[in-house]
Amino acid sequence: MREMIVSELTQAVQELARGFARFLPRLIVLVIIAFAGWVIAYFLKLLARSILRLIKFDRLSENAGASQLLARAALPPSSELLSRFVFWVAWLGFILLGINVLGIFGLHEQIAHFFLFLPRLFVALFIMFVGLLAAGFFSRAALLAAVNGNWPSPRLLSISVRAIIIVFVLSMSFEELGIAEQTVLVAFGIAFGAVMLGLAIAFGTGGKDLARRFLENRLVRGNKEDKNEDELSPL
Amino acid sequence: MIEELSTPESPGALRTDVKMTEEGFLTDDFVRQLINVGEIDILVGLPTCNNAKTIGPVIAAIQSGILQWFSRDRAAIIDADAGSRDGTPELVAGASIDDVQQRAFNRVALRTLHSISTQYGSSVARGTALRTILSAVELLRAKATAIISPDSSNIQPDWLRVLLKPISTENFDLVLPTYARHKFEGLLITNLLYPVTRAVYGLRIREPYASEFAFSGRMGSQFLAQNSWNDESARAGSEVRITLAAITGGFRIGQSFLGAKNHVEQHAADLVLALRQTIGVLFWSMESNFSLWSNKTGSQPIPTTGTEQEFTIHPQRVNRKRLHEMFRSGVVELESVFRSILSPPTLAELQRIAGLEEDDFYYSAEWWVKTVYEFAAAHHKAVISRDHIIQALAPLFRGRALTFLLENRSSSAAEVEANIESLCLEFERLKPYLLEMWAGRE
Repeated sequence: MREMIVSELTQAVQELARGFARFLPRLIVLVIIAFAGWVIAYFLKLLARSILRLIKFDRLSENAGASQLLARAALPPSSELLSRFVFWVAWLGFILLGINVLGIFGLHEQIAHFFLFLPRLFVALFIMFVGLLAAGFFSRAALLAAVNGNWPSPRLLSISVRAIIIVFVLSMSFEELGIAEQTVLVAFGIAFGAVMLGLAIAFGTGGKDLARRFLENRLVRGNKEDKNEDELSPL
Repeated sequence: MIEELSTPESPGALRTDVKMTEEGFLTDDFVRQLINVGEIDILVGLPTCNNAKTIGPVIAAIQSGILQWFSRDRAAIIDADAGSRDGTPELVAGASIDDVQQRAFNRVALRTLHSISTQYGSSVARGTALRTILSAVELLRAKATAIISPDSSNIQPDWLRVLLKPISTENFDLVLPTYARHKFEGLLITNLLYPVTRAVYGLRIREPYASEFAFSGRMGSQFLAQNSWNDESARAGSEVRITLAAITGGFRIGQSFLGAKNHVEQHAADLVLALRQTIGVLFWSMESNFSLWSNKTGSQPIPTTGTEQEFTIHPQRVNRKRLHEMFRSGVVELESVFRSILSPPTLAELQRIAGLEEDDFYYSAEWWVKTVYEFAAAHHKAVISRDHIIQALAPLFRGRALTFLLENRSSSAAEVEANIESLCLEFERLKPYLLEMWAGRE
């Protein structure tokens, strides 16, 4: 009996030792991959930071209004944030590669999903960034046109343009990420429809005088001349 | 009758290289008509669009001027039309020469006077019109060309002499006009374009944006070849562009006094559009010619025929309240935009000025100059869209215009001229500030 127990224990220990002997090289490979990955990711971070500084990404981000959002959230500047993001995505990718080497059952599929998800994540981020740029550009264009055209509430118009574009961009990004596609689509449809309906009602009722003036100025030549009365020719 | 003593030169004598370049741009019919004309000495270009009401007297004055001052020269009138629907091209092409001849001191031209009209498009594009005329100048090898605004109701035959003679006899390359204006007309020229051009390039050109001007064949060829006509932005503000091309190209520039400027620049009545076509073009030019202007200090007069500038001072109603309101709302509403363009002290000063009542309103020359120079630096650094920078200048210009109106409410012509000169000297004095902002701004 005692011998049997010893034998079983010995066998178990030997199995464990064999398993550990089989596992140890893989663990070492994981550590090596993680370390090499860290070095490569760090290099990529430096590279990304240099490129972003070279193309004056922070200024682009400031123009898009992203910098102000980041500052409010006590986050670092956008070029720093993006280079950190590159670092973590790259290092995480290497760590997952290393874990894959361990051969743990069930992880293969999850890791493959992660790598398949990466391009969509980048596309979504790209859409958001371009969208923020577009929102900044068009809201400023609307603001300038409204001020120079002497329209009422230029800032409200500018904020509305910005909000509409951002909502549109967010819905596109979520759709790309596959997050609550139906919900986002319906929510966007409702929100966009509500805004348009609200604007139509506001323009038609609250702004009927403005609408009349606008149409008169556009369509009736005489009134346009009246408006320009006392105006000096700049040239 | 005008006698045709010269036969047109053979078509082979025309500039075939230009023909090749421009053949896709000019219509076949127009090229055929130009070939029939042959080489010429004098060309008068008219960029028209629905000018039937005013074109008759303008054509008559041009023909009289040619008969009177250039009767021995081969001459042509080229009308570049933007699709007029009131018969303007027909009026140009079919203007009676006999009538003019009767009025024109019974002189008889020794050469044929051709009058050709071509349509370059269906909407007004001054740059394209100028390109059409320049192409004709190249093909016809015209030695001197005058561009005349078709709505110049007060044109005199003598205009052709004062514009074209300096080119044909004194070897000038570009002759720009000076006008007699009301003291409050053309404020964009007197308070912005003229002083900045003068301070930056060191030449006292009173009308860098000219409706009437003349240029030599050499100057026209170079401008036609260098300007990137396919780019829409390069076609805008072609009037300022040709002036700047003459300055940066080292051409001989002169000025001639034409008298009263009666026509209003309808196409530039919109202030933002006018800013784009003038100061926008100037800012672009500063970008590519930094080495040329950065070392210049002070300014030099340019040869002028007649008086340099005259101001009329009859009373004129001006809506000062509107200018004040638009300046004030502009400073308040565009604060976020100005933060990207202006330095904190300048923005703070503008906000202080915006708080002043209309009667106390004063936007000093010094702060105006600093504002303009900071805009130029921001345009250079492209801190935001360059077109947005130009648009943002509009409300501030209104503020400066209001100060000019208040300062010169009861000023005589001499006092107005002195005030403009003082502003110009301020622009020249603060040029180091421009260089500092240009180099240092991030």
